[in-house]
Amino acid sequence: MSKIEKHKAYWRQNIKYLSILLFVWFAVSFGCGILLKDFLNRYSLGGFKLGFWFAQQGSIYVFVVLIFLYMYLMNRLDKKYGYIDN
Amino acid sequence: MSVQLWTWILVGISFALYFGIAIWARAGSTKEFYVAGGGVSPLANGMATAADWMSAASFISMAGIISFAGYDGSVYLMGWTGGYVLLALLLAPYLRKFGKFTVPDFIGDRYYSNTARTVAVICALIVSFTYVAGQMRGVGIVFSQFLQVEITTGVIIGMAVVLVFAFLGGMKGITYTQVAQYCVLIFAFMVPAIFISIQMTGSIIPQIGMGGRVEDGTYLLEKLDNLHTQLGFKEYTEGSKSTWDVFAITLALMAGTAGLPHVIVRFFTVPNVKDARKSAGYALLLIAILYTTAPAVSVFARTNLIETVSNQEYSTMPEWFKNWENMGLIAWSDKNEDGKIQYVNGEATTGKPEFTEERGANGERIIVNASTETNELYVDRDIMVLANPEIAQLPAWVIALVAAGGLAAALSTAAGLLLVISTSVSHDLIKKQLKPDISDKGELLAARLSILVAVIVAGLFGIYPPGFVAAVVALAFGLAAASFFPAIVLGIFDKRMNKQGAISGMVVGIILMLFYMIRFKTGLIGVLEPLPESKWWFGTSPEGFGTVAMFINVIISVIISRLTPAPPKSVLKIVESIRIPSGAGEAQSH
Repeated sequence: MSKIEKHKAYWRQNIKYLSILLFVWFAVSFGCGILLKDFLNRYSLGGFKLGFWFAQQGSIYVFVVLIFLYMYLMNRLDKKYGYIDN
Repeated sequence: MSVQLWTWILVGISFALYFGIAIWARAGSTKEFYVAGGGVSPLANGMATAADWMSAASFISMAGIISFAGYDGSVYLMGWTGGYVLLALLLAPYLRKFGKFTVPDFIGDRYYSNTARTVAVICALIVSFTYVAGQMRGVGIVFSQFLQVEITTGVIIGMAVVLVFAFLGGMKGITYTQVAQYCVLIFAFMVPAIFISIQMTGSIIPQIGMGGRVEDGTYLLEKLDNLHTQLGFKEYTEGSKSTWDVFAITLALMAGTAGLPHVIVRFFTVPNVKDARKSAGYALLLIAILYTTAPAVSVFARTNLIETVSNQEYSTMPEWFKNWENMGLIAWSDKNEDGKIQYVNGEATTGKPEFTEERGANGERIIVNASTETNELYVDRDIMVLANPEIAQLPAWVIALVAAGGLAAALSTAAGLLLVISTSVSHDLIKKQLKPDISDKGELLAARLSILVAVIVAGLFGIYPPGFVAAVVALAFGLAAASFFPAIVLGIFDKRMNKQGAISGMVVGIILMLFYMIRFKTGLIGVLEPLPESKWWFGTSPEGFGTVAMFINVIISVIISRLTPAPPKSVLKIVESIRIPSGAGEAQSH
């Protein structure tokens, strides 16, 4: 694989990870916490209405997980393509 | 020991610690001054970012606002945390790889244009000053309340303290001081929250206690919803803003967070791209501790407040109630003359309460501007976090701890912002444009002098707050979203984006946002009154308008860039290089 192709393949994979993670980012906050709130509020999680829980708790937990997941995926990708500084 | 004595002891110890660190971490070079030498560990940088990020507003006001807004308060929770996802995924690693000092540096180089750099500097200054003005006021209020001095004295003490940190240490001193400030502020926020959670629900974790059961077996949130319904308030877990407006405000806060210069510059301080990604993760994790606890505090405080005051005799009110009344942050007028507090939906006063020197039949302070509505009680939102430990009758040292935490939050944010302002002036303006041959030493001197000027200007805003400051702080996010955020993201992800596109997008975005702010929120002082809500475009509040301005910025940038010449080869190389995390990758591709 030439340098340029390698570069392109790496970037494509990065964009793929970004799209998936940002989809989840959008789904938990704007989706579950805002647009679907009224629907989800019919269900409950312990003492929380579900939509309310997503808006004030759940989305934040997912955000933290997303960033660490991205870090893990990218570190793995960097290693695969040898883009690592010593 | 009294609360006052405890306050002096805890504030004294924490300040001695900050000063010690500031002296230990003095900056010797511009690189240390601007980006702490680029050698801060990811965890330390995460803590500093978190302290930088969590201002007096997060610490003191946010839980209070949510307490009164219920579900509508979610915009702040999601907005101010979700922005870190954008930052970590779309900006931080690439800007770190780019490896210069500031956001205008990136904009200037990526768009090969000093005009672009100047536009970015102006946007950075507008955003940072609107933000810092509110912080200095916050510093003043906290100092004055806990040290029992006038607000003006409080602001001056705050100015002096910030100046010492920023002057001595630059980014290096500030970073390590902020690490200590994070520890103080998170401890100060969590201790009372945990105490109250145990008291009310038996759960040691506030995030779980919020969804737990109270003594009589009903869920806390259900109980609060019922209380709200009985008193004529909207249910706590339901909002009153339109779905579109909640959506727009949340997105504007997210993009604004990711576009705030004092947050972005943090990711220039870590050694490499890998650490930039990790650092963003730590920062959000550490921020999330406070941001998931705050809504629990809101629920506890709201329930406690209603149960303590609603339909009770004024004469039986505890001491904290009368203390805050004496400070003018609680007001009560016995409209139906039964000696009891009727706390129901509606405004108790027209605007902020105005007190006379007299006392009424029950010993309450008489106010002149009681409204005609049934509600008799005015409670300032900002007191919820401060008063919470007192309402829950926690020990004196916990109440004093909150003072130390509030100060840590306000000072760390003010220091970070002032540094960005001084960097914009000394680096982006003087070094890059006016006097490129300035020596490292000269630049360092210029940086320190501009901090001095910035502190004084910010302090004046704090002492003589123009009425619009409070209104404008929330809009700083809209400004950042409408200007920087698209220019940076497009600069990384759209190779075809050129200077014509980016500059016109930024200019149109920030002007549109400023225009909307003036038209609907602040007015043009003395000339134009702000228009009412009914005139909002598509029902978008000024706080949410950043989202609209941001999309217009993107559309204009993309269209104009496609109609004008592509960026030169050298710029494409910059883009190629920042997309690859390692330095070796960059060298090989030439």
